[in-house]
Amino acid sequence: MATDVTTDASSGATPDPAARVTAPGGKKNAPDLGLGRLYLRRFLRNRLAVVGVVIFVLLVLFSAFGSLFTSYAYSDADFAALTQPPSAAHWFGTNQGGNDVYASAVHGLQRSLAIAVSVSVLTVVVAAVIGSSAAYFGGRVEKATLAVIHFLLVVPSFLILALVSHRLAGDWRVLIVVLTVFGWMSTARVIWSVSTSLRERDYVTAAEFMGISAPRIILRHIIPNLGSLLIVNLTLGVVATVLSETALSFLGFGVQTPDVSLGTMLADGAGTITSAPWLFAFPAGLVVLLTVSMTFVGDGLRDALDPTSVTGAAGGRR
Amino acid sequence: MTLTTLAATPAPTDATPVLSVRDLRITFPSEAGPVEAVRGVDFDLLPGRTLGIVGESGSGKSATAMAVMGLLPPSAELRGQVLLGGRDLIGLGDKELSALRGSSIGMVFQDPLSALTPIFSVGRLLSDALRVHQDLTKRAAWEQAVELLDLVGIPDPRGRAKSFPHEFSGGMRQRVVIAMAIANKPSVLVADEPTTALDVTVQAQILDVLRLAQQETGAGLVLITHDLGVVAGHADDIAVMYAGRFVERADVDELFRRPTMPYTARLLAAVPTVDSGVHRPLVPIGGEPPALVDLPGGCPFASRCAVAQDACRADEPALREITGHGHVACLRADEIADGTLDPAGDTGPDDGPGGSGPEATGEVVLRVEDLVKTFPVTKGALLKRRVGTLHAVNRVSFELRAGETLGLVGESGSGKTTTLLEVLRLKRPEGGRIEVAGTDIGTVDSAARVRELRQDVQIVMQDPLGALNPRLPVFQLLAEPLQAIGRDRESIRSRVHELLALVGLDASVSGRFPAALSGGQRQRVGIARALATEPKLLALDEPLSALDVSVQAGVINLLARLKRELGLAYLVVAHDLAVVRYISDRIAVMYLGHIVETGDTESIFSDPRHPYTRALLSAIPVPDPQRERARERVVLQGEQPSATQPPAGCVFVDRCPLYRLADEEVRGRCRTERPEPTAVAGRPGHQYACHAV
Repeated sequence: MATDVTTDASSGATPDPAARVTAPGGKKNAPDLGLGRLYLRRFLRNRLAVVGVVIFVLLVLFSAFGSLFTSYAYSDADFAALTQPPSAAHWFGTNQGGNDVYASAVHGLQRSLAIAVSVSVLTVVVAAVIGSSAAYFGGRVEKATLAVIHFLLVVPSFLILALVSHRLAGDWRVLIVVLTVFGWMSTARVIWSVSTSLRERDYVTAAEFMGISAPRIILRHIIPNLGSLLIVNLTLGVVATVLSETALSFLGFGVQTPDVSLGTMLADGAGTITSAPWLFAFPAGLVVLLTVSMTFVGDGLRDALDPTSVTGAAGGRR
Repeated sequence: MTLTTLAATPAPTDATPVLSVRDLRITFPSEAGPVEAVRGVDFDLLPGRTLGIVGESGSGKSATAMAVMGLLPPSAELRGQVLLGGRDLIGLGDKELSALRGSSIGMVFQDPLSALTPIFSVGRLLSDALRVHQDLTKRAAWEQAVELLDLVGIPDPRGRAKSFPHEFSGGMRQRVVIAMAIANKPSVLVADEPTTALDVTVQAQILDVLRLAQQETGAGLVLITHDLGVVAGHADDIAVMYAGRFVERADVDELFRRPTMPYTARLLAAVPTVDSGVHRPLVPIGGEPPALVDLPGGCPFASRCAVAQDACRADEPALREITGHGHVACLRADEIADGTLDPAGDTGPDDGPGGSGPEATGEVVLRVEDLVKTFPVTKGALLKRRVGTLHAVNRVSFELRAGETLGLVGESGSGKTTTLLEVLRLKRPEGGRIEVAGTDIGTVDSAARVRELRQDVQIVMQDPLGALNPRLPVFQLLAEPLQAIGRDRESIRSRVHELLALVGLDASVSGRFPAALSGGQRQRVGIARALATEPKLLALDEPLSALDVSVQAGVINLLARLKRELGLAYLVVAHDLAVVRYISDRIAVMYLGHIVETGDTESIFSDPRHPYTRALLSAIPVPDPQRERARERVVLQGEQPSATQPPAGCVFVDRCPLYRLADEEVRGRCRTERPEPTAVAGRPGHQYACHAV
């Protein structure tokens, strides 16, 4: 085709197309800032969210490198020190079996984090694919998917979770699968409802008229535009998973001894909360820190990614 | 001039301004620093006068209106004075402002549907509006509400007062909004783009209602619009806004006769009009308005101005009085005013639109015969019962050759977009035949063949921002259709750069996201994407209506050049006849799913036969106050009926001005017999469907 046409003859007074290109466009958000930098700025404006990030990073570092600072392993039993309060030798004290609480907490946090993050990622991926496909295809596919989602939502999933995970003998990897299988529905439903409006967007119609295949439209045009929703769900999913994993383990259905998670530690410490409060206090404190930090991060992300938000915008106060 | 503003000019003694704005400045915070949306606006509004504020998007005209109403978001910073009857509104609390809004200032919004609370009947909305500011009983307020509805021309006001906003059509809703705005006899009316969301034939009615409402209340009207045609007929004085300031303010006749600010002059030259005999080439204003963040010194228009001097770039010229003209913010205004300098400079027409080029004799790219498309009308939430059929497109036929442009024109709901989408769907139509590049779509059944056909037919959509995925950079957007037809990476890369050059974009845009582009650039990307697969037919769905006037002209010229160079066929859907005239070789006028008239563009414009075409042509406001006031207008009654129960005879019979004048025999035929296309003698290809002509 006409490759020799390099300048636009119709541009009138502007002889050089570059002059037009350099003119910055809209007036609200400076677009030449780049999307990533813009979101970062809006996120950093929210102080609680930044605090959340700091706490979360510290917790991750603690779970990864905390074991370097102690000579005990979580499975070692120190029979010379049973149910000792925190001391120089055992920073967080020891439990009835002589296990070092500090070492257990590091390991337990590692477990809980690994479970929470992988379940959350898997849930969001599954939910995004199922939810947006249902919305895009519409018709019978949509109806059937929604029927499944609604059915799973009314089933008492916690009970099933408890039974299934107990049967599968408490391997933490099995727990990840089980939590994902019973955790994707509500996210999928939210994603479906948002995708139904994306489906009507002009760029989706345009892609159809270009002859682009359905999976490609879903992956390139619908899911990326759910971005903010997915990220927020990811962070808040971590909170929900930590809570349900600890709850399951607390009840004795999740992680099984000799493995340790924050939930099993809470269960062990709950009985002696008056006589040996450190057994309960340290894991409980970690759970609170983890969930609170992720909630702050989730809120901050939502405000930063939502263009209508006031708190994230320049001039907004928090 | 009567609407004087600066202290230097003696104000007329017979009236005191109802609204005075003094050095209004509005700043919004943004990521890139404060955006100076309005930078020093002054005006006085006298009772009974209309001030038209004209500007492109982002010029600060809506921010000015919102500031007058006190409706800006709290993050906006306001300075200056807004004096309403001597009282400064800036700095007043929300409670005090609420007492004034509705009683002293009335507002007419752009979108009448979102301006009315959907859960209340319009009578309730109106009587509530009355009772907020006046001590009235419910009954008395209802009576007044009915009177107001009658005033704004709602038929059967007493009965309709009980109806809810969604039961009204767009034009009727806007009448209700106007009734609400004047309910408490305000001294100032602010109308922000009051007709932009409406059809052309309805637009004329609403402007008349607005004028009536103004006469009834004696209020001063601030009419904000981007449409120079609208202000030409309805404003007394005009202020042209650019980059947050008034750059020219003058009496309406004077402004259009002798635009003195180069921006105004270029804007007028860029507007397509319907009645300028032959094709007057459009001269686009190059460049884009500046971003209002950290504006450099100097005239903000200097970079786009053809007659700018070095001095223009040093200091921003103040708005000063030019003898015999009004106020202009231009250093060279004196020279322009006395005619020694042409504000458009020597930027002569470099690329005419060439709409009426050589007779199109290329191969037939698209042939549509007796196309029918209906939609079922269902009722009931649980069990959907089919209660009727909406005849969106009814026996539409046309033909399109390579190198030719066909414009499908009509109001919303006329079936023009449905026709376009039926062609693009590339599936067997419900009724009739569609033939693309010699292939009958109905006979194509393999997916591979459909994909091949897809390459020949592409679309450019109305809203360039909506049509481009915001998460993909320009390069990916343009690469997508090429990937879909299985081109390899290297050829995609070279083709994308070829496409960018073809539509006059710099290669550096390829890494940007759509949000970082201006409106004109986005539409160019949209066109480039459509051209990627070297189609034979380009469907353009309102390709210009989302663009600003100064940018429109550039895109019109681009489309004309591409057609000439690539031998494309365009199928254009548009409601704006002025634009259609510039790009079409032939026009088909649609009404309620039928083509009522078709023919060469010149033939249709010079000799329209069908009464609907005539009304449509006459409804378009002309950006020339004298002609606009003097010309004869066919104002249609009512609005397009629903296509669920089209009349048995002529579809236009309910609104037809000829029907009312016709004798009994013709009337009978109009009611019972669908008119067949009749050829116009001496004009090949010109056909119309009417009994009464």
